[in-house]
Amino acid sequence: MKKTFRLEGLECANCAAKMEKAINELDGVKEATVNFMTTKLVIEGEDEKMPVIIEATEKIVKKIESDVVMKKA
Amino acid sequence: MNNRLKRIIAGGIIFAATMILKTDNELLELALYLISYIIVGGDVVLKAIKNILKGKVFDENFLMSVATIGAFFIGEYPEGVAVMLFYLVGETFQSYAVDKSRKSIASLMDIRPDYANVKRGDELVKTDPDEVKIGDIIVIKAGEKIPLDGKVIEGNSMVDTSALTGESVPREITAGSDILSGCININGVITAEVTKEFGESTVSKILDLVENASSKKSNSEQFITKFARYYTPVVVIIAAILAIVPPLVIEGATFSDWVYRALAFLVVSCPCALVVSIPLSFFGGIGGASRTGILVKGSNYLEALAQTEIVVFDKTGTLTKGVFNVQEVHAEGISKEELLELTAYAESYSNHPISLSLKRAYDKDIDNGHISDVEEISGHGVNAIVDGKKVSAGNFRLMEKMDIPYYKGELIGTVVHVAVDNVYAGYIIIADEVKADSAQAIRDLKEANIKQTVMLTGDTKNVGTKVARDLGLDKVYAELLPGDKVEKLEELFSQKSAKGKLAFVGDGINDAPVLARADIGIAMGGLGSDAAIEAADIVIMTDEPSKIATAIKISQKTLKIAHQNIGFSLSVKAVVLVLSALGLATLWEAVFADVGVTIIAVLNAFRALNVKKI
Repeated sequence: MKKTFRLEGLECANCAAKMEKAINELDGVKEATVNFMTTKLVIEGEDEKMPVIIEATEKIVKKIESDVVMKKA
Repeated sequence: MNNRLKRIIAGGIIFAATMILKTDNELLELALYLISYIIVGGDVVLKAIKNILKGKVFDENFLMSVATIGAFFIGEYPEGVAVMLFYLVGETFQSYAVDKSRKSIASLMDIRPDYANVKRGDELVKTDPDEVKIGDIIVIKAGEKIPLDGKVIEGNSMVDTSALTGESVPREITAGSDILSGCININGVITAEVTKEFGESTVSKILDLVENASSKKSNSEQFITKFARYYTPVVVIIAAILAIVPPLVIEGATFSDWVYRALAFLVVSCPCALVVSIPLSFFGGIGGASRTGILVKGSNYLEALAQTEIVVFDKTGTLTKGVFNVQEVHAEGISKEELLELTAYAESYSNHPISLSLKRAYDKDIDNGHISDVEEISGHGVNAIVDGKKVSAGNFRLMEKMDIPYYKGELIGTVVHVAVDNVYAGYIIIADEVKADSAQAIRDLKEANIKQTVMLTGDTKNVGTKVARDLGLDKVYAELLPGDKVEKLEELFSQKSAKGKLAFVGDGINDAPVLARADIGIAMGGLGSDAAIEAADIVIMTDEPSKIATAIKISQKTLKIAHQNIGFSLSVKAVVLVLSALGLATLWEAVFADVGVTIIAVLNAFRALNVKKI
């Protein structure tokens, strides 16, 4: 399953890279990309683990850049 | 953002005033510096504390807080404020630049239609394009965007396709023409029937492609984010060692001197300048390319394009127009007109491109009553009775099969030999025309340092060789079946260097396997062709092969900018690190190495967006 989100307020490119790395390390994630320029986050992961993945992702995003709001695209 | 700017200005004024109006009262001086520091950097320190509580260290807020508070502790008040001030100036500038770049690309892609005028009975209803169904009748007035793909029922107009193709010459449309969403109707009112839902329409496909571009990251970007991951902790650790070890080991060394050097390290350790300039460059390059009608599906493809050594072309539809036309009519014993008429009649039952071009050349209505006993002989041609005469039209095999002597000299193109009542009556040559800018395209590629240009074609050897010679291609492989093309590609792969890339250019219709196998698959004529958009890594919206050289040049420029930024930022940082370790650089230089470099790199990245003079 592929889910796309918009990371509103993403201002720091290095943070985007950190988020991408952390999300990729989550259990059940096949591939995650954070595109700093388009502020898009695409997560490809196992269907049944997706709700857990999304929850964990929200925490990662908040931890790395607290001003960023993760919205469904 | 606005808030940040206000704080920078307010804090900056107090800071400047304190520096200029030197006061002898040390306590007052410290108080003033502290006030300006809190106004400017209070937020950063607060964030740093919050982040530490959340278990996140080594972020920029933390580094800057430690560096500036450290400066206060060793009595370097002005530096403490200045570092924070410039850091925030840099941040503001950076987010402004990123924002601007995001917006300029968004406006570039401002092709999304807001509404469709749908005809319901006698009324026109403004409807969300998403809700329009196939078969609905829509009206597009002058100046409006075409909301969905469709077919014109009524009206004549000119449409501007420049937002999609970069092509400034408008297209003429009349009843029966296909229209593509995203184009702008310039003058007349047109009524059209919708042929595709919005999600499947051209405009949606293109927007989707552009918005998802650059999610595939370039090697440069991967390198720099990886580098940043190690760079910051390493520099911070060295800073800690610098602050503690030398004062204990070296005689006469003071803590305040070495702590100062360590603080400079912390300032230089911020990686953001490096990291932001690379995606910014590629984003600019991709945006600039899309403005000229070249859609690139990812930064990695834009990067690979600059390393192209071999460009392989498909012939038909790529270098040639893919439209067959009668080039020569050579009649023996009958008139040219008669030969063309009889052949057009005999071939009139077929929909083969050859038959279509004969019909086009004949250009009169064909009355089926004149034809009977049509017999198609696969791989040979056709026999038919036209007005009581037996007409045989086909290739040389047909003539040989029927034992009719025919012209055996060298002819270039597809030759249709014709016999009337078993007597040879001449031949008609049908050939594909080379596109106007094909020769220029090959010359431009040579100029862009492409080592080899190759053409693959299923056409005959003599046609292939002639086209290749006319255009100045290095190599041609002719008479290939679709499967052979992949094989030839494999062969060509062995002729490039390990780092070099091979690009294949096709029309995306029946060369999907070859497009996929090549390092970079480029499809031509993407406008209106879903197949091309889906199969390729790079889509050229128009039919112009010369855009390939343009794409390569854009890619080379983008890569150069990215490399300049990496080289420049890394070397400035390295120099400042060494100088501060030796005690030769002050915090001022360190701030320049961080903020100044960011600003210069971001400005440099902006150049990638400008592709006008390429």
